Amino acid sequence: MAANTNFEKYKSDGSLQGNLLEWFDARFPATSMWRGHLSEYYAPKNFNFWYFFGSLAMLVLVIQIVTGIFLVMHYKPDASLNENGIPVAFASVEYIMRDVPWGWLIRYMHSTGASAFFVVVYLHMFRGMLYGSYRQPRELIWIFGTLIFLCLMAEAFMGYLLPWGQMSFWGAQVIVNLFSAIPLIGEPLSIWIRGDFVVGDATLNRFFSFHVIAVPLVLLGLVAAHILALHEVGSNNPDGVEIKKRKDVHGVPLDGIPFHPYYSVKDIVGVIVFLMVFSIIVFFAPEGGGYFLEYNNFIPADPLKTPPHIAPVWYFTPYYSLLRAMVWPLFGIDAKFWGVVLMGGGVVILAFLPWLDRSPVKSIRYRGPIFKTLLTLFVIAFLVLGFLGTQPPSYAFFGVIPSAPVAQVLTAYYFLFFLTMPWWSKIDKYKPEPDRVTM
Amino acid sequence: MSNESKVDGGRRRLVVATAAVGGVGALAALVPFLSSMLPSERAKAAGAPVEVEIGNLEPGQMMTVEWRGKPVWIIRRTPEMLESLAKLADAVADPKSEKKMQPDYCTNEARSIKPEIMVAVGICTHLGCSPSSKFKKGAEEGMDAAWLGGFLCPCHGSTFDFAGRVFKSKPAPDNLEVPPHMYLSETRILIGEDKKGA
Repeated sequence: MAANTNFEKYKSDGSLQGNLLEWFDARFPATSMWRGHLSEYYAPKNFNFWYFFGSLAMLVLVIQIVTGIFLVMHYKPDASLNENGIPVAFASVEYIMRDVPWGWLIRYMHSTGASAFFVVVYLHMFRGMLYGSYRQPRELIWIFGTLIFLCLMAEAFMGYLLPWGQMSFWGAQVIVNLFSAIPLIGEPLSIWIRGDFVVGDATLNRFFSFHVIAVPLVLLGLVAAHILALHEVGSNNPDGVEIKKRKDVHGVPLDGIPFHPYYSVKDIVGVIVFLMVFSIIVFFAPEGGGYFLEYNNFIPADPLKTPPHIAPVWYFTPYYSLLRAMVWPLFGIDAKFWGVVLMGGGVVILAFLPWLDRSPVKSIRYRGPIFKTLLTLFVIAFLVLGFLGTQPPSYAFFGVIPSAPVAQVLTAYYFLFFLTMPWWSKIDKYKPEPDRVTM
Repeated sequence: MSNESKVDGGRRRLVVATAAVGGVGALAALVPFLSSMLPSERAKAAGAPVEVEIGNLEPGQMMTVEWRGKPVWIIRRTPEMLESLAKLADAVADPKSEKKMQPDYCTNEARSIKPEIMVAVGICTHLGCSPSSKFKKGAEEGMDAAWLGGFLCPCHGSTFDFAGRVFKSKPAPDNLEVPPHMYLSETRILIGEDKKGA
C-alpha cells in the first residue's frame, strides 16, 4: 500500500534505531531500496558457480577505483625527461614501486586488477551465452553489458599508456593510428585524439584525464543501469526458465530466494576464493609471466625504436588477431580500415546476440548438438585467436603451419558463428524445458 | 482528464523553437571543449628542420635522427642494395612510387635525390610502428630464403625494400614516406625543408 505522505512509510517502534530509520525513510528511500534490491529481490534458487562473476566484477571495480585513487597521489602524467634522461611519468611509476610506502602493493593490485577484471568479465559474458541470459526480456541488460565491455577496453587501453614504457607508447601509437584508417576524416581524427602529430605529452595527459575521470564516470553509470535493468526483470538462471511465472500467494516466485542473505553470503565465498587467487598473483607473480605486465614496458618509451615484438596485453589479443587477419583491400579502401572494422565489429556484434538467437529455449541444458558443437568451436577459436595475438605474425604452429591463414579462418568462424546463428539456432534439436528450475 | 484538452499549437511551436535554439547553443558550447584537444600552438610550432652530418655513414650503414618526434632513417646504400630494387619491381605494391609518398624530386626508382643516400620516415604506413632493419640476405635474420634485404615491421609483418617500397599483400597500404629534404653540402642534409630545384 502506498503511503499518503512520506511520514507514514515507516513507523518507529520507539527505539533509537527505529526513530532514526523513520526519520531517514521520510526523506530518503532507504528501506524501499534495501528491500527492492536486497532483502526482497528474489533470485532463482539454482544459481551455480557461473553466477559468482557478476559480483566479482563489482569487487574488482571497487579494487580498481580504490587503488587508482591512491596511485594518482604519486603518479605524474609527464612525458618530459627528468635530470637522468628518464621520462617523468615512467620515473614516477618506479618511484611508486620503490620509494612510496606500500606503493608496490597498491600498484600491483591495480595492474593485476586490470587482468582480473577481464578474466571475470569474460567468464561473466560466457555465462550469459551458456544460459541465454541475453534473451527477452533481458536484451537491455546485455546491451548495457556490451557497453560496459567497450568502456572497460577503453579504460584499460588508456591506463596502459600511463607508465609510459615501450609497450605503452607503441601500443597507443598503433591503436590511435587505427582511426587514421577511416577514409577522409581519419588523419585529422587521429591528430585530434593524440593532440599532436605523434603520441606525446599531450596524449599522455588526456589519456590520464580520461582514465581517471571520464571513463570511470561513464562506467559507473552503465554499471548502475545494468543492475537496475537486471532488478527490473529479475535474474535468469541455469535452466533458463522464468521464475516469475510461478508465484506464491504473496507474489513471491516459488523458486526465488531473497538475494540477501542467501546470495550475499554465497557471493562472499566467491570473494574469498577470488581474493586468494588474486593475492597469490599480486604477491608471487604480479607480472603474470609477461602477460599481465609486459617485459618491454619496463623500458622507458622511445619514439625512435619499436620493440622487436609488440603485442597487446592478453585481454585484447583475440580482437587484435581479428584486426591483423584482414590483409586485402576492398572497395578501393585500404585493408587496414577493414581490419579496424573487423575488430570493432567483433565487439559490436555481441550486442545483437539477443536478436540473432532464434532458439525456443534459453539454456544450453535444453539446447541441441548444433549449439553445443558450435559454441565449443567458438570458445576454441576465441582462445586460439587470443594466443595468436600474443605471437608475431610470422609465428607457425610446430614451426610448419603458418599462423596467418589459421587466424583468417578463425576470424571468419568468429563472425559466421554470429551471422548464421538465426539459421542454425532454429534448426537445432531441443529438449523440453522444465516448468520449474531444477537443482 | 487534462490530457484530453487540445494542444495549444502556438505554445507547442514556441516550446519547440525555444528548445531548438537552446540545443544550438548547447552544441556551440561543445566547440571550445573539442577544439582544446587539437594540437596546441606550441605543438604546431615544434617540428623545425633538422640538420644531419652524414660524412661518417659507411656504405650499408643506417642512422636514425628525430624529426617532428618521428624517426628519420638515412641509409648509405651499397651498389648491391640498389641492384635489389630493380629485381623487386614485381614484388612490391607500388614499384614506380605513383602514390605521393615522396616529394617530386624523389619520384624515381631509388626514391632519393642521390641514388646511394636513402632518406625515409621510419614509420610503417600501416599503424605507425617503426620497422626493424633486416639488411642481411636470405634467412639469416629470420626472413625467408628469397629475402634480398630491407625492413620488417614487427607489429603486423609488413616488409619494405631498401627504397622503403612496401611488398604486395602486406597490411601496410603505402610505401614509407620520404620527408622533404635537401643537401646543404656534400655531407650535410637538412631534413624537413627543401628549396625548389634543390
